[in-house]
Amino acid sequence: METLLTILTGILVAVATYLILSRNVQKVVLGTAILSHAAHLLIMTMGKGLKSGSVPILGEGPAYVDPLPQALILTSIVISFAVTALLLVIAYRTFQETGTDNLYEWRDINDE
Amino acid sequence: MRIDFGGWEPPFGILFVADSFSVILVLTTSIVAAVCFIYAFSSAEKNYEQTYFYSFVNFLVAGVNGSFLTGDLFNLYVCFEVMLLASYVLIAFGGKKNQLKESMKYVIINVVSSWFFLVAIAYLYGTVGTLNMAHLSERIAEAGQTPLLTVISMVFLTVFGLKAGLLLYFWLPRSYSVVPTAIAALFGGLLTKVGIYACVRVFTLFFYHEPEITHALIGIMAGLTLIGGSIGAVAYRDIRLIVTYNVVIAVGFILVGLSAGTLEALEGSIYYLVHDMIVKPLLFLIAGTMIAVTGTAKMNDMSGLIRNYPMLGWMFFVVKLSLAGIPPFSGFIGKVLVGQGAIDAGSYILLALAFISSIFVLYSLLRIFLQCFWGETIISTEDEMPMKKGWVIPCALLTAATIALGLGAESLAPYVKDAAETLINPQNYIDAVLYKD
Repeated sequence: METLLTILTGILVAVATYLILSRNVQKVVLGTAILSHAAHLLIMTMGKGLKSGSVPILGEGPAYVDPLPQALILTSIVISFAVTALLLVIAYRTFQETGTDNLYEWRDINDE
Repeated sequence: MRIDFGGWEPPFGILFVADSFSVILVLTTSIVAAVCFIYAFSSAEKNYEQTYFYSFVNFLVAGVNGSFLTGDLFNLYVCFEVMLLASYVLIAFGGKKNQLKESMKYVIINVVSSWFFLVAIAYLYGTVGTLNMAHLSERIAEAGQTPLLTVISMVFLTVFGLKAGLLLYFWLPRSYSVVPTAIAALFGGLLTKVGIYACVRVFTLFFYHEPEITHALIGIMAGLTLIGGSIGAVAYRDIRLIVTYNVVIAVGFILVGLSAGTLEALEGSIYYLVHDMIVKPLLFLIAGTMIAVTGTAKMNDMSGLIRNYPMLGWMFFVVKLSLAGIPPFSGFIGKVLVGQGAIDAGSYILLALAFISSIFVLYSLLRIFLQCFWGETIISTEDEMPMKKGWVIPCALLTAATIALGLGAESLAPYVKDAAETLINPQNYIDAVLYKD
């Protein structure tokens, strides 16, 4: 199970890297979102979270899955939501100001 | 000193640990933040102040102080994010085309580096099974630093390299030069320094078992940073870019001390870190004031400013000497100790690079001084923009601080020595956190 998830994480990272290196702003933002998915999956895999056990609620069973990675992921999901929202707004504003979403064309933009 | 949040004993709860190193940095941060606030009162535009400018600056300072104090690795990540989110907003503040463009780059670079941080934390948690820094250090020491842990330390080095501008500084100069002066001073003084702090903490507390790999690599990266920063500092004729490349040089210099790893070298790094946190904001504030009074950032378009603004000119002179490490000022003692440490550790190439870079720092700033302050004056007395008190006072405060730090190095010495000793003997830190009661 861990091997499968690690491979999936690898694929996500590869896709995200490809998207971040593209010249279109939306694709870059999409890439960062996929990157954060990969990180969250990795945290889940690296903790002992994949050993079978009951949900981490007291009174559910004899053995529980590791609750710490779940808390970490929850924190990190919220943070990456905030950053992605901000990034989308900045991308939108930049598009409004410059009229292009092509990163290569931004190079010539200078307002001084 | 430590505070456990919610009464949970370490290693199970989140905690703040304040050793001498953290406390010195928090104190310096507070001074710098207060001075930048004073500058912002008279320089920030009305619409900035109406759109929660001061709230974001306070969030930034909260994130920085949290990062200096935390004793938990994931909490360090969260504090980094608090600081970075505030800085994302501040860099895009005002919404000029240039700023938006640079903020986009800045945010993406930092999202990627935060991702690396998460990955490093995930691997470390998977290998060691704890997140409390003292407990981590103890477990790594018990298990010995296996190759796997060395690889994880490289991931950490990538993260802090991106945050601090150690070799991976390509995003730094442009993004720091588009923001308003008061914010640029805060960024230059605080943001990269948090990366340096985290780097020092991680490589003295966790990964100190294989210095011939990790610390040698830090040394190589620091050397290349010094070279790249020096080239950048002399290559441009835009004073903001010269100033930001000086930030890069200082990062390299401080990490030369970490790479040498002896007691003197670490003391030197701490002195230099404190000095740099005070002097870089001063340099940014003076450069920003020069741009504000002349209306240009190009060195060639300015001349003879010392006739109009003698105060500003002489303060710039003091900063220049201080940054180059001339004795009565604060940069001297740090440079001497780092140099001594590098000799003890036998890294002569790094020593040479560090001191040659000082010459480049001096040259790049001397060029600004000669070109902009000396020469024929270009501003006639009628057109002269009056120097606001709110511009001069913060600069004067920081100039006084750098002189005081240079003259009073002796009185700071016990604290710095204590901080360096804690860094070099991680057992002190572990005992204080885990076994105090």
